[in-house]
Amino acid sequence: MSELAIEVSNLHKSYGSLEAVRGVSFDVRRGEVFGLLGPNGAGKTTTVEILEGYRRRSAGEVWVLGHDPEVRDRGQQQRVGIVLQSCGFYPRVTVREAVEHFAKAYPRARDPAGTIALVGLEEKAEARTKDLSGGQRRRLDLALALIGDPELVFLDEPTTGFDPAARRTAWGVVRRLKDLGKTVLLTTHYLDEAQALADRVAIVKDGRIVAEGPPDQLGHGRSRYRVAYFSNGRRVEHQTDDPTELLHRLTRDALARGERLDGLEVTRPTLEEVYLHLTADADSV
Amino acid sequence: MSPLALAWQQFRFERRLFWRNPSAAFFNFALPLLFLVLIASAFGSDDDELDILLPGIAGMSVLATTFTALAFGLTVLREDGILKRIRGTPIPTWSYLTGLLASAVLNAFLQVVLIVLIGHLVYGVAWPVDPPLLLAFTVLGVACFASLGVAFSHAIPNEDAAPAYTNAVFLPLIFISGVFYSEDDLPAVLRAIADALPLKHLIDGLSQAIVGGGGDAGTAAAVVGAWALAGILLAVRFFRWE
Repeated sequence: MSELAIEVSNLHKSYGSLEAVRGVSFDVRRGEVFGLLGPNGAGKTTTVEILEGYRRRSAGEVWVLGHDPEVRDRGQQQRVGIVLQSCGFYPRVTVREAVEHFAKAYPRARDPAGTIALVGLEEKAEARTKDLSGGQRRRLDLALALIGDPELVFLDEPTTGFDPAARRTAWGVVRRLKDLGKTVLLTTHYLDEAQALADRVAIVKDGRIVAEGPPDQLGHGRSRYRVAYFSNGRRVEHQTDDPTELLHRLTRDALARGERLDGLEVTRPTLEEVYLHLTADADSV
Repeated sequence: MSPLALAWQQFRFERRLFWRNPSAAFFNFALPLLFLVLIASAFGSDDDELDILLPGIAGMSVLATTFTALAFGLTVLREDGILKRIRGTPIPTWSYLTGLLASAVLNAFLQVVLIVLIGHLVYGVAWPVDPPLLLAFTVLGVACFASLGVAFSHAIPNEDAAPAYTNAVFLPLIFISGVFYSEDDLPAVLRAIADALPLKHLIDGLSQAIVGGGGDAGTAAAVVGAWALAGILLAVRFFRWE
């Protein structure tokens, strides 16, 4: 069995004259949580829907669990769970009925009640889906994606519209999926979500990947360290690639003057700063 | 679970959904029966009128339970993203559609049986003169209007437009196709339109089967069959999951 759950190379997708995806390549290893991060309209959903088999690509090569997703295959679909960005329910069935109904489609389905509990909907199990809140509907989406006990789970903006508590619950579920050895491909426009969940992140902008790597290393060699302190009540800020040298010089001079560098801090760029920096760069290309 | 078993599960699920939807139950079952009872009560002493009305209401019921219900229902399923969700699961396409269509087909058969029963038990109309022909025309009518309903859903842009689109076909069609009165009473233009469309011919066939009168069964079968073929081609060719 290949180590790679997903292989994408030089993927292109055009709608008429609009190029939504322009040469995207990335791999997702088995057991990895991989995040596609980018602003709305960057091409994340188009990319994921090609991997899910909903759209045909214009060019490039795509393998999902060793299959070409353009060739619909029942065995393949049994190994994949999908949370789409927007996708409805039968309004007049209960949560439990919906989960039990979809469970029948899979050879090794999870226990419906346990799956409802996993996403934190047990109190709503007998509620009809039309009476659920936005966040609860999203959790039902997640339950339906997990009911077949998939190897690979696609989560397209799974926490959009969640309140903070529901987001924490959803994050907990994704972490449990990872603990269970599942592969997860996550799209999000929440930076903190990518940072909290993804082993590796690809930042997508205008149909291209502009950076890729573990979230805490993404800024390396691109954005600089920031050294800041207060001098005479005013904040002074320096940017540097070599904080050791800069700190040495600053503290030496301060000691010589008999001054304290109040509030001295050295910070690495957050993912947010890297993200804003990269997406701004892509704009000016 | 085998694809056939999944189709059965889908069918059972659709049945459960159907009875939870009061407006579907009303338009599929209550409305045609209401027409039958009201009109038959008004003209009940006239056997000729009942001979027109009974097959007419049966044909209208086939139209309502298959064409209208599927055109409307599939539009809602598509626009709500339920078709897209189904597409993302391992439920085979034909299992899903078989379950969905079978539920509509069952409604059509139940309704035809109910109408024949009410006609006999309440209004004293004789039992159908040709039961095999009744079965044949019900099957043909269901195939025709179910496939046309699926095809028509492709033309309906969204949920809000669905009632207008379906009624724009349903209401004029029942009035020109001889559901309530003999088609011969219509102006020539309307009669020509009705003759080109399948409902009038389905009613002719049902009429031959139930009361042994009406238009030629062979012509009726040919026209309904031709529309069925066209409906199947269009339904498959333009099917959209989202």
